[in-house]
Amino acid sequence: MTSTAAASVVGQPVSRVDGPLKVAGGATYAAEFDPGPGLCHGAIVTSTVASGRIASIDTAAAEAAPGVVAVLTHRNAPVLPYHEHKGLTDPPEGERIHLLQDDRVRHQGQPVALAVAETLEEAVYAASLVRVSYRPESAVTAFSDAVAHAVPPGPRYRDRGLEGDGGRGDADAALGAAPVRIEAEYVMPRLNHNPIEPHGTVARWSEGELTLWDKTQWVDNVRAEMAAVFGLPPDRVRVVSPFVGGAFGSGLRPWANVTLAAMASRHVDRPVKVVLTRRQMFGITGYRPRSTHRVALGADRDGQLLAIRHEGVSETSTYETYAEEQLGSSEYLYACRDVATRYRVAPRNVQTPNDMRGPGKVTGVHALECAMDELAAALDMDPVELRLRNDTIVDQSTGVPFSSRSLRECYQAAGERFGWSRRNPRPGAMRDERGRLVGYGCASATWPAMRQAAEARARLLPDGSAVVSSSSSDMGPGTYTSMTQVAAETLGLPLERVRFELGDTRMPTAPVHGGSWTMASLGSAVQAACAEARRRALAEIGRADADLAAVLRQIGEPVEATVRTEPGDELRRYSAHSFGAVFAEVAVDPDLCTVRVPRLVGAYGVGRVVNPKTARSQITGGMVMGMGMALTERTEVDPRDARPVNSSLADYLVPVNADVGELDAVFVDEEDPHVNPLGVKGLGEIGTVGVAAAICNAVYHATGRRVRELPVTVERVLGAAVR
Amino acid sequence: MRVTMTVNGHRMDADDVWEGESLLYVLRERLGLAGSKNACEQGECGSCTVFLDEVTVCACLVAAGQAHGRSVRTVEGLAEAGADGAPGLSDVQEAFVAAGAVQCGFCTPGLLVQTEDLLRRTVAAGAGAPSDAEIREALAGNLCRCTGYEAVIEAVRLAAEWTERGRPAGGPARGEAR
Repeated sequence: MTSTAAASVVGQPVSRVDGPLKVAGGATYAAEFDPGPGLCHGAIVTSTVASGRIASIDTAAAEAAPGVVAVLTHRNAPVLPYHEHKGLTDPPEGERIHLLQDDRVRHQGQPVALAVAETLEEAVYAASLVRVSYRPESAVTAFSDAVAHAVPPGPRYRDRGLEGDGGRGDADAALGAAPVRIEAEYVMPRLNHNPIEPHGTVARWSEGELTLWDKTQWVDNVRAEMAAVFGLPPDRVRVVSPFVGGAFGSGLRPWANVTLAAMASRHVDRPVKVVLTRRQMFGITGYRPRSTHRVALGADRDGQLLAIRHEGVSETSTYETYAEEQLGSSEYLYACRDVATRYRVAPRNVQTPNDMRGPGKVTGVHALECAMDELAAALDMDPVELRLRNDTIVDQSTGVPFSSRSLRECYQAAGERFGWSRRNPRPGAMRDERGRLVGYGCASATWPAMRQAAEARARLLPDGSAVVSSSSSDMGPGTYTSMTQVAAETLGLPLERVRFELGDTRMPTAPVHGGSWTMASLGSAVQAACAEARRRALAEIGRADADLAAVLRQIGEPVEATVRTEPGDELRRYSAHSFGAVFAEVAVDPDLCTVRVPRLVGAYGVGRVVNPKTARSQITGGMVMGMGMALTERTEVDPRDARPVNSSLADYLVPVNADVGELDAVFVDEEDPHVNPLGVKGLGEIGTVGVAAAICNAVYHATGRRVRELPVTVERVLGAAVR
Repeated sequence: MRVTMTVNGHRMDADDVWEGESLLYVLRERLGLAGSKNACEQGECGSCTVFLDEVTVCACLVAAGQAHGRSVRTVEGLAEAGADGAPGLSDVQEAFVAAGAVQCGFCTPGLLVQTEDLLRRTVAAGAGAPSDAEIREALAGNLCRCTGYEAVIEAVRLAAEWTERGRPAGGPARGEAR
């Protein structure tokens, strides 16, 4: 790196490079692409039973409605090959629904017809005219009934390392012998991602080739899935997705809108757009599954953990098994000799859940960290002190050391900023100037630092600029910006001379944009591709120390390098995770029992931070999602018919601006030489982990009431307030 | 029916509009102005906020016919073009970029319009910069799932400051810290 100015770009709070385009209203999202003449609109008709057969379907009125081009049902839809395909983000167990291929209904909200018309309004009207009757079959609709028939995740999950039962030692015996014990059950409702942009697709066929403009976190997987569904070679499918209006995991799998748009477009031989309504976002896309956890902790009187037993069960569908690693953190977060975990999935006649920001960890850490607070109370010990007493530099679930771990530093940094030392340990002892009960709570956060293979191309141009590309996604964290920073630093070019492109299957293959691994995976590939392109350019003129821009002008033609990087064995030699500590202050009205959160303070050890500005926003956004989980968010599913009943943004309460107080997120200095070439551990998900527990623990501190079922609503606090 | 509106200062006609179509639909699908976003279709999220005769509305809740003969201003019309005719950015738009208040960008157009309105009613009217509580209340109808609103508040404070004292010469350096 010859340019010192450019070399300092990584680590700087660079403003989002795509910001000016977005604030001007010029960023083009999936449903806004113009596929050329003849575009028509599709409106989906969805099932109204949880299980059964379509007895009759009458489309005559719909077909006669103004502007209607076609109405597709299982009776006239093309028979599609639906070859086997399971991407990394698809459940390995079970089989996806084959849309409009038969009369079977497996969940409420399953697409049973598609009305295609000249305008959206005409399509929606036509869809309303489709008459469907069903022969309902017996269905598991209540979560409690599903739990009664819960099963372990299955052999293909075991192949991925997700076991139903885990742990070490003899937790039951250790619990029995422990001088201090607590045991409690925690209930976490279903949560929906609710990105502000609904899922939508524009499909166009041209000479047997399918182009899809889609909202996705993984264009390559959409291509693979559509190639499998339609029986096409993958190179006949192109997927384009330069901007994604939030996803949080909802863009990890292609939903019905993709297949239906492609199917309809081929059927009517015109481009077709299908956008899910907000209501359909609750019935067609995935969600964080409803879960019930039971945690038992045993400790000696000094707070040393002697036993952890953590059991969890979460909902899945009847046609696929969605399992997530909810209990892993209970095996590595703290030092403890005897640990037992038991995880089960409960099949229910609903659509399949899928990963939502911090999948598994958000759920499991919530239960564990609430239980830790209960243990601290039982021990009459400071909750921070309890965590620190059980800190460990070795991952006891595997016996290998952590690549880096700053949990202690996080508690110190966040605790100091928060003012934890002002906390009166007695519940109900603190009040604010308005007479509200004040509570302070804390919790640990953790998320694994993972890395995937990735490929990037760096193309250096004679004018001294560079275009770097990979098929990745930027659902909001700032992929465009952070990759531009890494490329500029590696090339030694000014930021403004480097452009990063993503979101097209014609680009080199990126891993799925999720798991908090984009920076580690793609960042490493971008760095390698840029280093190689720079080396080639300098080699052409035989000098290693020249100014790259001048060299490129001298060469006079583009210099290109495409490099694929993949992780080595570092993640077997080290246990790599980001860690954090989050503190919450709540203010509870003693009469109304409303809970407000004046402050959330978090500190995180995430390795190197490429861009503090975008990183901070990622964390604060994650914190507010955790606050929503704690206080307002839940998808209510009717236990009688498994229908989501609050499927709108008026009834599913995403936190609004006026709900939020002061947010403070800091990163502790942390150098991780082991985890990947960039030394980054990922920070997309960890901001959500632990927040709900910190808030629940603060509510206990304010009121003396343990609210063990989320969200913490007024009625669950009512009558609890210490007067 | 034909709907004629002044959109961002230009007279525009939309033909064959069905009476039930929303202003949002006409803007996005018939007039090619996709900056205003469609996210809930029922006035819950604020992503489609536009000025209708300089009053903010959810364009998804306004029938296109109601906008006939009236003036509409969208995110695409917030800034005046620069001296060279190239599209510029308003103080509010620049402040959102500088403060890092934009993530996925989907709620951003509605937030910008609502912020523009707030500052016009407060600091630009000589009533001083809005307090944090006023900002939070004014923007409570604009859902954002990415930022946690922290950077949004920061952006509004910054835009208010620029409205009061003028934007620093040459605009903010985009690489600068907040």
